[in-house]
Amino acid sequence: MQWLRRNLVVIAGLVTLAYLILPNVVVTVFSFNNPTGRFNYAWQEFSLDAWKDPCGVADLCDSLALSLQIALWATLGATVLGAMIAFALVRYRFRARGAVNSLIFMPMAMPEIVMAASLLALFLNMGIQLGFWTILIAHIMFCLSFVVAAVKARVLSMDPQLEEAARDLYAGPAQTFLRVTLPIAAPGIAAGALLSFALSFDDFIITNFNSGNTVTFPMFVWGSAQRGTPVQINVIGTAMFVLAVLVVLVGQTVGARRKKAQPE
Amino acid sequence: MTDKTEGGDVRLAGISKHYGTFTAVHPLDLTIPQGSFFALLGASGCGKTTTLRMIAGLEEPSTGTVGLGDRDVTHLPPYKRPVNTVFQSYALFPHMDIYENVAFGLRRRGITSVKKQVDEMLELVQLGQFARRKPHQLSGGQQQRVAVARALINHPQVLLLDEPLGALDLKLRRQMQLELKRIQTEVGITFVHVTHDQEEAMTMADTVAVMNAGRVEQLGAPAELYENPRTTFVANFLGTSNLIQASVESVGGAGGDVDVSASGAKLRLPVARCSTTPRAGGQLLVGVRPEKISVVPADEEHTIGAGRNKVTGRIVDSSFIGVSTQYVVDSAVCPELEVYVQNIERDGRLVPGAEVVLHWNPEHTFGLDAAQSMLAGTTAVAGAEQLVEESA
Repeated sequence: MQWLRRNLVVIAGLVTLAYLILPNVVVTVFSFNNPTGRFNYAWQEFSLDAWKDPCGVADLCDSLALSLQIALWATLGATVLGAMIAFALVRYRFRARGAVNSLIFMPMAMPEIVMAASLLALFLNMGIQLGFWTILIAHIMFCLSFVVAAVKARVLSMDPQLEEAARDLYAGPAQTFLRVTLPIAAPGIAAGALLSFALSFDDFIITNFNSGNTVTFPMFVWGSAQRGTPVQINVIGTAMFVLAVLVVLVGQTVGARRKKAQPE
Repeated sequence: MTDKTEGGDVRLAGISKHYGTFTAVHPLDLTIPQGSFFALLGASGCGKTTTLRMIAGLEEPSTGTVGLGDRDVTHLPPYKRPVNTVFQSYALFPHMDIYENVAFGLRRRGITSVKKQVDEMLELVQLGQFARRKPHQLSGGQQQRVAVARALINHPQVLLLDEPLGALDLKLRRQMQLELKRIQTEVGITFVHVTHDQEEAMTMADTVAVMNAGRVEQLGAPAELYENPRTTFVANFLGTSNLIQASVESVGGAGGDVDVSASGAKLRLPVARCSTTPRAGGQLLVGVRPEKISVVPADEEHTIGAGRNKVTGRIVDSSFIGVSTQYVVDSAVCPELEVYVQNIERDGRLVPGAEVVLHWNPEHTFGLDAAQSMLAGTTAVAGAEQLVEESA
């Protein structure tokens, strides 16, 4: 009883962690399965076949490449635009600033399905061919608000005297931005970019409405779930999970090292 | 940075600053001599920081010009002015270490071999061993010294200090005052120091400009300002003054003196120490500093020498503060006269309730225009303003 009371926090933590990680464990385990039918839902036997040939299913790797491509461009577009909007909102007083300030968060608040349908209506009315570009435009649009939120918080907390100090110390406007403003805002911009990438990469609803014949990775997974699930989907899923965990671990180690390098 | 003219005075000619309908600084003429330690002193919101920012180029004046030596710099951006600032918040770049902070100005001017200069500057402010620390790893006093080093390394013609000691505790502040004074003497650069602390201004500066509501009330050496305030604001803001409302009896009597009377008391002061021209029958505010006044029990009035100003009253409060004792005396001429007496031989009869005679040398009396508020610049007024602000 005593022991339980003392370790309650640890136990609660472990249970939560298990809850979070269990789906990933299932995905990983079934990536080593060798299913008999078209569906990969029941464990048969251990096999490395799928890992040896991840692109063995038709169109899977094409859709993955497309998703990565869209995610990269959407991240770039949303980050550049979003960061500029955030700076403008914090630094300048202009007409309709208040309106922009609240409207920019609309995509965050609106149900995704509504946004998907209205975008489709817009594209159809304008006679735009659905495909790569419509997906990209839609993704940049909904990633934008997340970048603005992340960068704005960072810029708001920045001492305006820092930029004045830079100008006072012979840095012109460009130098001030590159040497002082940008490095200080960088964590906010990075957070916005990471969020954008993750959101764009796994978006299904909006993409499904506005893709035409184009197939992204989430759409491929959805489609194959109707007809049968190849083990390769689990392989890609596991690989992505491991990659994400690795990125976080490397980031934390580098951060800790840097802290240690400075005494105190 | 092609201009290599050495030093030069800072010349402000008719500069003012409006924000909408609010006037932060009224047209102002000020010449700050090269190599001097100049203080802009005033309560918050008096326009002293705005004036400083106009010299730095961070604020564009609404009217007037800013000159450095013979050069008009009014429209030069801050990064083209040979002027550097120590900011109130220090504004150290949080993502750079101390070394890079100090080197920033040199690097921006395209100087590549900065090591020797940076090391020297860090030694000057005694922070050599902290070069690789980040600003947040230093104490407030150390950050303050980094801010000074970062500005001074550029050898500006003028160093601007915007309340740089405001965030430090009292003891450290005293120490940094002496430190800054030492550095100024050592480098010989013009320092313009903005502060609301009158003691700080008097300790450090050669010349003090007292600002109030966007105007310079009075300008002069600290002792000059203290001994000869020309307005009630200066009299009250710089130290404490006893102000007595009096009517002028005669002018230019014996030895060019002014004779006044206040509630039956006859007082005398030199004409030369009046900031207005007193006229017989007119009103005058008569002032005397608390430490100039001597106090004796009422029954010893006969020991007071002839020709001194005398006022009777009753002690209502006394506080012992070590080097001196401060008395508050209720008198017919003024309900709360302040008197500071050095604790050399303490008179046991001088306790609250005692009837006393105050006396002082007429030479130590100054006269002010009676048409102004007696309370301008007192803490009582400042406190009342604060209350109004808080309730609003």
